[in-house]
Amino acid sequence: MAVLVRDHKPVVIVDNAKVTYRVYASGKAVGENDDSRVKRQGNLRTVEAIKGVSLIAYEGDVIGVIGTNGSGKTSLMKAISGLTPLDGGKIFASSRPSFLGVGAAMLKELSGEKNIILGGLAMGYSRTEIKEKLDEIIEFSGLRDFIDLPMRTYSAGMSERLKFSIAASREHDILIIDEALAVGDSKFRKRSAERMKELAKNAGCVFLVSHSLKTILETCNRAIWLDNGVLRADGEALEVCRAYAEEVGADLDD
Amino acid sequence: MSKLSDLAATNGLDRVGKRPKLGFYLAEVFRRRAFAWTLAKYRLLVSTARSRLGIAWLIVVPALQITVYGLIFGLVLGSSRPDNFLPFLIVGVVLFQFLAGSFSDGARSITSNSALAKSLSFPRVLLPLSAMVSQWLKFAGLMTLALVFLPIFGEMPRWSWLMMFAVIGLASLFALGIAMISARLTVHFNDLSQLIPFITRIAFYASGVFFSVERLTAGLPWLSFLEWANPVSVYLALARDVMISGHPAEGWLWAVGAVWGVVALVFGFFFFWSAEERYGRAG
Repeated sequence: MAVLVRDHKPVVIVDNAKVTYRVYASGKAVGENDDSRVKRQGNLRTVEAIKGVSLIAYEGDVIGVIGTNGSGKTSLMKAISGLTPLDGGKIFASSRPSFLGVGAAMLKELSGEKNIILGGLAMGYSRTEIKEKLDEIIEFSGLRDFIDLPMRTYSAGMSERLKFSIAASREHDILIIDEALAVGDSKFRKRSAERMKELAKNAGCVFLVSHSLKTILETCNRAIWLDNGVLRADGEALEVCRAYAEEVGADLDD
Repeated sequence: MSKLSDLAATNGLDRVGKRPKLGFYLAEVFRRRAFAWTLAKYRLLVSTARSRLGIAWLIVVPALQITVYGLIFGLVLGSSRPDNFLPFLIVGVVLFQFLAGSFSDGARSITSNSALAKSLSFPRVLLPLSAMVSQWLKFAGLMTLALVFLPIFGEMPRWSWLMMFAVIGLASLFALGIAMISARLTVHFNDLSQLIPFITRIAFYASGVFFSVERLTAGLPWLSFLEWANPVSVYLALARDVMISGHPAEGWLWAVGAVWGVVALVFGFFFFWSAEERYGRAG
């Protein structure tokens, strides 16, 4: 696939990136494995999650990332943010991309408040900065009544909300948002969508992974479609979404 | 170089995930020291959060250990037990706990925080460093306990107790080095975590926690050499020298302790740092 070339300043360049996972499988495979991503060798399975992807992201781009489950969206985003090492190819960026995933680690036995402090310090806030931001983060999460309870007592949605609130409290140059819009109830979703648009406005470039084509169409000027670890399409958001919707039988309003 | 890589170079883009330069890395570690400290503190709280006695367990367990060791070794060793046995054992167990804890917590530091490492980018060495801070906090608690009990067994406070700061300083260099080495090794070979209790046990029996190295190795020069080449024995001897009576250490042991400390720290850091890019995938 040809790389989309435009006149703006590139901020992220992905050059033939490959990501492979080596996993020890327990149990027996059911029948012959015909998935092109998985290779077997005794108990060792090699999963080629990203099989050579190239793309250029330009300043001001808000790029929607679409594809079915397991198509390599998160792997590619983690590789771009430098969290997952590449097994081939290179990725360049004008500054370190921030991965705004909702999977950030937390200590489940600790209160929500302590987790905010810890997460903030890990993101690079100083002690005084995190104390100043604490209230704002709690407010945004909407979890004020539960903030002194251990996180193990939170529902899945509540802990995802807290994690998103921590991550979204900072401005980022290159921002990668993974499925964040799916987090929480509709009230929180609306608030987080607004916050994300705000972040995108200030950021040089945003990647937004989402299964909601509606969200992608509303927020993105461009979309990439990953299929089985390869780039199927890269172009104007509406075009790519339409092609994707046609193939998987989805609705553009979803 | 491909066309895209050229384009990146002309636009001044850097490769992501690339390990930063040493000076920048260390500056970043220093900048986020509050994170290492807070993580250590919270982990200690969490480790006992669901028990009634809570944080007190961190002192109760070693106190029970000392009691049991005192009874068992005191009886088994009979007349061959070291002079001034209980103070000897208290200092030995407290310092040994510190070294063994750094080793085992260090080994777990990346693998048990893999979710954190996978979702946020920060200098990974903060994780073994934070394991080290936990050990310092535990040690401070245990040392307070020791300072209460030593006078009961006839060891009156004296100025040389202050020298314990120097001993723990040297031992910390060594312990941090070991923590960084074991942290990286468990990322490569998770199997190591199964061996850690075993290695710790061997170190316990081989390093003079409950026996006197001088007395054991008297007249056996090769064994004496092996024992004094063992850093754990060296730090234990130095600690007893400054803390209790009847067990003076030779002056050159300070040099051995310092050399072990610096070598372990420098080697450990570079060993850990050279795999920095890998840790995001750990666990």
